[in-house]
Amino acid sequence: MNLEALVDCLSSASCAVTQVSTGLIVGMLLFLVTSGLSLIFGVLGIINFTHGAFYMMGAYFAFTAYALTGSFLASMAAGAIGVGLFGMAFERLVMSRVYGRDILMQLLVCYAMILILDDGVKILYGGEYRMMGMPDVFALPPVEIAGGFVPGYYLFMVGVALAAGLVLWLGINRTRLGKIVRALAINPQMVGALGINTTLLYAGVFGLGSLLAGLAGALAAPIRTLTPGMGVSILIESFIVTVIGGMGSIAGAFLAALLIGFTRAFGAIGFPLFVDGLMFALMALVLVVKPSGLLGREAA
Amino acid sequence: MRSGLLSPGLLRDVAFAIAALALLLVLPMAFPAPALRDFLIYFFAYGLLAMSLNLLVGLTGLVSFGHAAYFATGAYAFGLLMQTGRVSIPLAMLAAVGGTALVALVIGAICVRLKEIYFSFITLAFQMFIHSVIVTWVSLTGGDQGLRGGIPRPPILGLDLNDARVLYGACAAVFVLCILAMRQVSQSPFGYTLRMIRDNPARANFLGVDVTAMKLGIFVFAAAMASVGGLILALFVSGAYPEFAFWTTSGEAIFMIMLGGTTIFLGPLVGTLLLQTLNHFVTIYTEHHGLVLGTVILVIVLGLRRGLADVVYDWLQGRRTTRPNTPAGPTPEGAEPAPLPDGALKSRIV
Repeated sequence: MNLEALVDCLSSASCAVTQVSTGLIVGMLLFLVTSGLSLIFGVLGIINFTHGAFYMMGAYFAFTAYALTGSFLASMAAGAIGVGLFGMAFERLVMSRVYGRDILMQLLVCYAMILILDDGVKILYGGEYRMMGMPDVFALPPVEIAGGFVPGYYLFMVGVALAAGLVLWLGINRTRLGKIVRALAINPQMVGALGINTTLLYAGVFGLGSLLAGLAGALAAPIRTLTPGMGVSILIESFIVTVIGGMGSIAGAFLAALLIGFTRAFGAIGFPLFVDGLMFALMALVLVVKPSGLLGREAA
Repeated sequence: MRSGLLSPGLLRDVAFAIAALALLLVLPMAFPAPALRDFLIYFFAYGLLAMSLNLLVGLTGLVSFGHAAYFATGAYAFGLLMQTGRVSIPLAMLAAVGGTALVALVIGAICVRLKEIYFSFITLAFQMFIHSVIVTWVSLTGGDQGLRGGIPRPPILGLDLNDARVLYGACAAVFVLCILAMRQVSQSPFGYTLRMIRDNPARANFLGVDVTAMKLGIFVFAAAMASVGGLILALFVSGAYPEFAFWTTSGEAIFMIMLGGTTIFLGPLVGTLLLQTLNHFVTIYTEHHGLVLGTVILVIVLGLRRGLADVVYDWLQGRRTTRPNTPAGPTPEGAEPAPLPDGALKSRIV
């Protein structure tokens, strides 16, 4: 416990700015991962426990593409699109075979997949920590805001995440395809009867959700260390975000992701050993007071 | 109807338990290899984990993905208590089980409010919370390195647990006792209420059953039983490690249940035996344990679509029903007081 440090930080503009920017990027990464998880759940009705492993794959794909091409854009594309395609293949070959079966089977399939992916990464890249390093494009002096320094890359990340969130929201709520996807979530038989290829659509939605996890991984690659098994912690955090924000609500996910991001950033100063505990306490509080989450519609 | 404590079911179960214990005690004498004894103690520990998880999964329909949390809580609580040097082993066991039950009561009170897949991921999240507490609270738990310094084994009632054979016997006795307790719970009216909740929660609610309280009750009991598994392992390896609380341990327990099938009470033990044997050989031949285990799980889930024990069970049932002139049901022919009209026989079995 070090509340004095926390008060000091909050009262000094420079420290507050630094921590707010840290909280923002943690929150944005969580938002991307969670919105993918939430999208898949909303339409297919399954919780993709491999989502954290997809985030890890995104980071490693980006790492490899950057090492090969030296282009940051290529690394982001590799992370997002590569994982998106992998997600589609996973849905078609594995996940679609356990639809409508025991939750036990779905859990086991995901468990098996995480084991395989984590071990696969270990075989290909070795078990030790890897660093991708900051791309040259962002080798700029940090931006100064009210005495605090914020790396340019942070601003870029927040921009990309916001843009992705906006595109997702507009795509679902304002386009014809989005309307079909929403209909698919409510009544797949009817959508199929109207001559729409639901199988393809399911794979597409799963792929899109995976793409968001891959994008988050690719964005995180320059600033985080890469290890096999790095997906587990973000998976747990995105569960917490989902519970706090409310299942199936993109706005709720956004709000809750920021809440968790700031909790982590400021908690790290005030009570470093109790940050995880605080996140869980927040979640328990929401579950007791409003079980459907802050912005969730129906009871979970 | 059940007639008090001495129902025929209980007598049969006790007789079966005594026979099983005798077999377990004779086994290492017949094959006196230390490796077999070690294998069986691991089997007791993980068997209790899988059996107690099946009280949630198979009996109540609550698919917990965080059951190993209580396995680890039991192991750590027991280890820490024994390291103080002031408590006897039975007392430390009771305290560890009681402490775990308390932890499960708090976590369970939050978790059982959620249904189906939400329940799975909230239990997983709490498990990882406990894992992170173990890893970060280095001064108490030793963090990543695990609880070191060994766990002392003072003698109980003149039995020296440092003798590997005595230790094995004690673990076997505790194991059989716990299985017997779980059997009694699953056969009790409480157990049948849980089956009703699994099959039709709305109806149970209409009948005046407090569904949340019942779920919480079995959650706490299952956690307590899992903690016994954990403390057996802690006592045997003389330490406790954060891996006990890692999500993969819960995943393995779920796979054990799936392998053994949920139709038979002792099914999870079959699964434990199969998975342990597999793990034993995989770790000998390759370091890519996850890759092999993951592939095996995928093949079984997608290929067989159910547990190995279920396949065998169905095959046996199929054989029994196709054989001509055999009455349906488990009663052997000889035990039947011969000439009974068809109707009477049916009403007895149903």
